[in-house]
Amino acid sequence: MINTKVTLAGVELKNPVMTASGTFGSGAEYGEFVDLNRLGAVVTKGVANVPWPGNPTPRIAEVYGGMLNAIGLQNPGIDVFAGRDIPFLRQYDTRIVVNVCGKTTEDYLEVVERLREEPVDLLEINISCPNVKEGGIAFGQDARAVEAITQAVKRRAKQPVIMKLSPNVTDIAEMARAAEAGGADVISLINTLTGMKIDIQKRTFVLANKTGGMSGPAIKPVALRMVYQAACAVKIPIIGMGGVATAEDALEFIMAGATAVSVGTANFFNPCATVEIAEGIEQYMRQNQVSDIRELIGCVR
Amino acid sequence: MDNTGKVQKARCLAKVTAQESLADGIYSMWIQAGEIAAEARPGQFLSLYTRDASRLLPRPISICEIDREKGSLRIVYRIAGAGTEEFSHYRAGDMVTVMGPLGNGFPLDSDGKRKAFLIGGGIGIPPMLQLAKELKCQKQMVLGYRDRLFLNEEFEAYGSVALATEDGSAGTRGNVLDAIRENGLQADVIYACGPTPMLRALKNYAMEHGIECWLSLEERMACGIGACLACVCQSKEVDSHSHVHNKRICKDGPVFAAQEVEL
Repeated sequence: MINTKVTLAGVELKNPVMTASGTFGSGAEYGEFVDLNRLGAVVTKGVANVPWPGNPTPRIAEVYGGMLNAIGLQNPGIDVFAGRDIPFLRQYDTRIVVNVCGKTTEDYLEVVERLREEPVDLLEINISCPNVKEGGIAFGQDARAVEAITQAVKRRAKQPVIMKLSPNVTDIAEMARAAEAGGADVISLINTLTGMKIDIQKRTFVLANKTGGMSGPAIKPVALRMVYQAACAVKIPIIGMGGVATAEDALEFIMAGATAVSVGTANFFNPCATVEIAEGIEQYMRQNQVSDIRELIGCVR
Repeated sequence: MDNTGKVQKARCLAKVTAQESLADGIYSMWIQAGEIAAEARPGQFLSLYTRDASRLLPRPISICEIDREKGSLRIVYRIAGAGTEEFSHYRAGDMVTVMGPLGNGFPLDSDGKRKAFLIGGGIGIPPMLQLAKELKCQKQMVLGYRDRLFLNEEFEAYGSVALATEDGSAGTRGNVLDAIRENGLQADVIYACGPTPMLRALKNYAMEHGIECWLSLEERMACGIGACLACVCQSKEVDSHSHVHNKRICKDGPVFAAQEVEL
């Protein structure tokens, strides 16, 4: 019998495979391809206090080994989300992580407060979206701001808090320590790397937003390095993500120090990626006589 | 899966059974994908995946014909980049990963007495072929091309065909509306797929004439199934799913009633 269970801030996940916010909606669409019961957790698309329309199109562009997105956190607002998406996910035996976005501290707090009475397991605070003009990354690129928003959220949140960090910083360890100092229960990283693509025929930006967040297999080495640096800097658990497409990728993140991993862009080219990765991790454990996944977490130092 | 456990969308490895070039940069490919063909309706699309792992995203391509008996599907597509270029090199016997059927498709509940325009512009022409086969009413096809014709003869079995070319090399010189006017055509309903300026003009035409109008839209897509919110269009009213003025082209569309969307 092998154990794939991991614990994030007292919340037990049946396996370390989660979805990455924004790539999986609230699970309904991918539920046609994978059994959501097989996932450690579903992390929802970011939700704000009120509906957000998002950015103009084109919102995405393919790049070598990855993609750029500038969706702009389109979401239906917390009321619709609480009435529709949470009850949908509650039908499944998986953990629910709600990704929270906002333009101001008050926006974040309103959502966090509203979620106090909802049956969700963890909150992930998005202070790292590169595609919105206010809020988002503005909170995530300055260590004092990271600590301050973390503290503010922690004072109001009922559920354990994951702070989602941006890779678009000089020193990721400093941001990880700031989140920990602010009282974060968990950190997740990396969000997307700000990128750009130009259409040389039209002599214009491909994305209406000019820049977008890069994701996909091409960013994995950068993400892995940052997860390792963060793991060396803090004691709280880490959710690693950035280009995870296979069980091998996921195991690299786990060995670098991640307690759980999120699968994002891979869903777009393989809708069954999440479950295949969970199965692949188990297979690796059997083949290598690993009885408990916790033996692998941070085993490379 | 729906509540009966029936798979409605499939992602599978399909065998290419035929490939031919129809015109410069325009290709026609038949694939064997019984599960998808059994469910597919006119106006729906497929996501095709390249074999080059550096190109991650599926290419959304409309379904041109459905052969449910043989379990095969035809796509007619234009080389728009390296991904579609790769598809154009596939030959009978090659395998391609495909997901579908995706999107809503055209409504087929016409009362049979009506006269319909089936209007395609450029690479928007292919999905009109399966619609022409399945729509039960009087059909007038209006097909707009830049210069080189393709598929036009295949429509002739299903009704009248009017052509427009930008260079005047066939049919009316100009666009599909020029062809409608020059031939004195009229109809009670429009079904259309093509470039946005054409769809915008048809929406205005439909409003002026007070007729029903169904438009198939296009946008850059990532997931193709409604999760990522990349391929939205602007909706006139607040959408019941998004709760903003956005509809997902891949999931809520690609076919919309003209009055639902802002073009």
